[in-house]
Amino acid sequence: MTNERYTLNKELAQMLKGGVIMDVTTPQQAKIAEEAGACAVMALERIPADIRAAGGVSRMSDPKMIKGIQEAVSIPVMAKCRIGHFAEAQILEAIEIDYIDESEVLSPADDVYHIDKTQFKVPFVCGAKDLGEALRRINEGAAMIRTKGEPGTGDVVQAVRHMRLIQSQIRRLTSMSKDELFDAAKNLQVPYDLVVYVAENGKLPVVNFAAGGVATPADAALMMQLGAEGVFVGSGIFKSGNPAKRAAAIVQAVTNYTDARLLAELSEDLGEAMVGINESEIELLMAERGK
Amino acid sequence: MRIGVLAVQGAFIEHRHILEKLDVESLELRQLSDLNEEMDGIIIPGGESTVMGKLLNDLGMMEPLKAKIESGFPVFGTCAGMILLAKDIVNPTEKQVNLGTMDISVRRNAYGRQLGSFHAVTEFAGMQEIPMTFIRAPYIEETAPDVEVLAQVDGHVIAARQDNQLVTAFHPELTEDTRIHEYFLKYIANKQ
Repeated sequence: MTNERYTLNKELAQMLKGGVIMDVTTPQQAKIAEEAGACAVMALERIPADIRAAGGVSRMSDPKMIKGIQEAVSIPVMAKCRIGHFAEAQILEAIEIDYIDESEVLSPADDVYHIDKTQFKVPFVCGAKDLGEALRRINEGAAMIRTKGEPGTGDVVQAVRHMRLIQSQIRRLTSMSKDELFDAAKNLQVPYDLVVYVAENGKLPVVNFAAGGVATPADAALMMQLGAEGVFVGSGIFKSGNPAKRAAAIVQAVTNYTDARLLAELSEDLGEAMVGINESEIELLMAERGK
Repeated sequence: MRIGVLAVQGAFIEHRHILEKLDVESLELRQLSDLNEEMDGIIIPGGESTVMGKLLNDLGMMEPLKAKIESGFPVFGTCAGMILLAKDIVNPTEKQVNLGTMDISVRRNAYGRQLGSFHAVTEFAGMQEIPMTFIRAPYIEETAPDVEVLAQVDGHVIAARQDNQLVTAFHPELTEDTRIHEYFLKYIANKQ
């Protein structure tokens, strides 16, 4: 990937800011998401809640199914490949996906290496629990970062934890002297120049979204107030009582995330939220996959 | 001078940064009441045109904003902003809504998916070597006789002006070059 291509890929993520990216499994759902105001959709065969329920090995979706969704909507279409599975990523690039999510939601294919994303023309988004993880993914070529959260649970606690940790680590870097930054780079296990960028700019060099467990307009507003630049909603929409209404409400909540009166209106009468599982009740922590 | 930047979705902060560089005050337009703020021009940024159109409708901003533009208020739309201002969209989604105030016909995602995104450098209204960033960009297919074509790339119109409305298919807010914003601000200053 040339520098120019990487810049264009980071710039696409900039256009998604202030928006909501929704998980969809069929062209019909993709249309509902687009009409509700999704700025992009994530095409996958099963939403994380069902992946979690089904167990077993979870892989990249059928390209035919992804193509069906590409044809159904005009907004960017993303799809997931397994961590380290560069052949799946090559296939997704071949069908001209707009963004690849190298995702811990699927079963990891490599327990040591992530994909060398610099070898691809299409952009990648990767999950991160802390600043070191985020900068390692960026160093590998990720053009966008999201919190890992805990997918498919409807429990926002992990997304909050990851976002708070990343923001606090960023703030710490901005107050460090140069010699301290060398040590910070060592401790974070990332290249010095990326640490310097964060210290000087007070932000990641790429866009940072919240993901994992977002189920209500209030969840989305919480993540935005904690510093997210946009929100992924996975199981939260199509596992709820009234997907179209909930999706549209979350979209508006992300735009006006500090207006509590509007958020109150948006939260009214949305039908049943996804049932959800508490973090402490689950056996498989997907966020622990890939570091 | 004070410029309102539509901030319902997309790359609005980038526009505010450019205005800051030019020592121009700006404010974010997120809801209906923001449209009553004092300002001299409005920028509609890049993002997803379907999302912004829907939010303008849901937030009750569509008609007031449309009326403001039709009364001659200066507006500058980039990429999705250009689509929102176009009277005709060649390939809209089923439920696409937009402002439709400028007599141009645009094609969305005219260069295809993200793999078709590109950078170019060309002339813009007599200004040389303007760096341009095209992200899943549209282009203009047709213009009314009173629409002035300001720039073209590969034979397609990618910037135009009709009275108080300026549009670009590219993102001047993503470059370090401030000349396109200065062009817009100069128009406002001359008008005042």
